[in-house]
Amino acid sequence: MDKDKFMRSVRLKESACQGCINCIKHCPTQAIRVHNGKAHIIDKFCIDCGRCIRYCPHHAKIAVYDPLSVINNFKYTVALPAPSLYTQYNNLTNVDIVLNALLKLGFDDVYEVSAAAELVSEASREYIKEHMDEAPFISSACPSVIRLIRVKFPSLISRLLPIKAPVEVAAEIARARAVKKTGLDPEDIGIIFISPCPSKVSYAKAPLGIEKSNIDNVVAIKDVYPLLLPHMKQDESQLIPLSSSGRIGIGWSNAGGEVAGLLTENYLAADGIVNILRVLEELEDEKLHGLTFVELSACNGGCVGGTLTVENAYIATTKTKRLVKYQPVSKNHLSENPDAGNLYWADNVEYEPVFRLGNTFKESLKMMSDVEELTARFPGLDCGSCGAPTCQTLAEDIVRGDATPNDCIYVLRANIADLSHKIKDLASKQKTDGSLSDSSSELLDSYIRTLTAELASFGVPGHARKEVSKEE
Amino acid sequence: MSEQLTFTYTIDGNDFTRAGEASSSVKNKLKMLGVGSDAIRKVAIAMYEGEINMVIHADGGVITVSVSDNDITMVLADKGPGIPDISKAMQEGYSTAREEVRSLGFGAGMGLPNMKRFTDEMHIDTELGKGTTITMKVHL
Ligand SMILES: Nc1ncnc2c1ncn2[C@@H]1O[C@H](COP(=O)(O)OP(=O)(O)OP(=O)(O)O)[C@@H](O)[C@H]1O
Ligand code: SF4
Ligand code: SF4
Ligand SMILES: [Mg+2]
Repeated sequence: MDKDKFMRSVRLKESACQGCINCIKHCPTQAIRVHNGKAHIIDKFCIDCGRCIRYCPHHAKIAVYDPLSVINNFKYTVALPAPSLYTQYNNLTNVDIVLNALLKLGFDDVYEVSAAAELVSEASREYIKEHMDEAPFISSACPSVIRLIRVKFPSLISRLLPIKAPVEVAAEIARARAVKKTGLDPEDIGIIFISPCPSKVSYAKAPLGIEKSNIDNVVAIKDVYPLLLPHMKQDESQLIPLSSSGRIGIGWSNAGGEVAGLLTENYLAADGIVNILRVLEELEDEKLHGLTFVELSACNGGCVGGTLTVENAYIATTKTKRLVKYQPVSKNHLSENPDAGNLYWADNVEYEPVFRLGNTFKESLKMMSDVEELTARFPGLDCGSCGAPTCQTLAEDIVRGDATPNDCIYVLRANIADLSHKIKDLASKQKTDGSLSDSSSELLDSYIRTLTAELASFGVPGHARKEVSKEE
Repeated sequence: MSEQLTFTYTIDGNDFTRAGEASSSVKNKLKMLGVGSDAIRKVAIAMYEGEINMVIHADGGVITVSVSDNDITMVLADKGPGIPDISKAMQEGYSTAREEVRSLGFGAGMGLPNMKRFTDEMHIDTELGKGTTITMKVHL
């Protein structure tokens, strides 16, 4: 089966949605529309950043991921903990406490994503050195960043660092090692990522830059975190030594962590979707000069700020610093890792012109002139009552055939006022003429029918609209 | 007649922080039209330089962008001091930007040369004390 390139793991829980329009205002790609009182996500616009999850006051935007019971589907399982898992715990001084607890929880082995991250850092340093004339490069570790660039910044696609994300490299190494160790078929081995975010859940199912991911299932940090607690009270001298990552690898979970591993001074590191949008705009306009590398994470604070974590992102950042204080800079080197295969992307990321209005330039031009005309008719309040985030977006939806002008409550109100005037005029005509002609009476009937219909749709945002996207 | 679409932007003369808003808006519209990223890049860079010049040297003005089948035309009209010597102004590195403007990173004297480099046609119409109108075209 073809992978779904607009696969997303941020979903609407319809029963909880109040149609309050909070989320539509915060979506960075304007991917949400409220209709029939429910805030549906438009697949092709969504970049899975999870911002709506943070802003919904009714917890109606959720992330979907796998339950931990997936470990029963395999003969042998390897846990891939994201480094952000470690900083969920208070006063953790030894990563082995967490890794040993994962074994107690039922995994057969663990491989740290942070270990692979150090290999990715090394490969990135080499790649950048060899391709200095193509700088600046944009980090490709956060799938939401790639998806944002893919739909909004076509000219920056070629700047994406064509190297696999740490979790992918970790999955490859983990599978290769498990096959060697157990002699099992690769399919009998389950590679399970413990993720800070829904974005990586989608990545595992529909990866970017490669054809198929080695990750079998993705579980949430917030699910695993409490289950490990009872297993973390072990005597430290009894722990199996499993941890093998240094400061660079673990630091990847924080904003600025990836660039720290590149050992370059000419970098920019931005986190938070609003900030990265600004950086991408400026990169596109070539307003930023002298940069070698641009690190971007969709979440505030980096991956420690992912929506599937529990700890405050900024506290987690401090904890990371404390945890790695006495660690060596890096414990993993490409030359010592025969299981690390090819670290480079095999696939190109293609521009997806999802915001294009028409199929041809001519058609788009016509549609845009309609958008301009419609926008001028709306009051410009961007109130969201129509279910679209701005008056302009409503106009675009109308031109695309997904909405009607009457979705704007002000247009609707004007129409209603207009109709009631016409009715009044006809009624007063009846008074002076004594009776209505057949045609006038038909007209009056039709005015009243329209008025009734328009009033019926009043009050429910986007009531008259057809379904934009289906939720399960 | 072929379809044409026009957008108009009024540029505020004293607000540096807002310079770039017009070119950013045009860029988004061009993406929605499906214009190729190469042409978008040219328009964005040329228009941004022109926009900044209007803010720094001419106390604002009006930008009109027209899109047709064949090209994108930008007309930047201001009522500023005018340019005394166009060929001098077109030289790389020539700038009359004040010190406080330079300290903000402008004034390298690269704006007009970049506008010329990134567009397919450029014409400057200027009159001392009256203002300047710069017309630029990017072919599609
Ligand atoms: N709209 C304008 N009105 C009046 N003078 C202008 C205008 N645009 C440019 N100039 C003059 O031409 C000179 C060169 O412009 P140019 O854009 O190349 O450089 P700059 O604006 O001084 O510096 P930079 O664009 O590199 O920040 C300016 O210093 C100014 O004297
Ligand atoms: S924020 Fe969005 S998803 Fe949450 S209740 Fe309001 S409309 Fe529904
Ligand atoms: S910044 Fe990290 S946690 Fe947030 S979406 Fe990107 S990969 Fe996921
Ligand atoms: Mg200039």
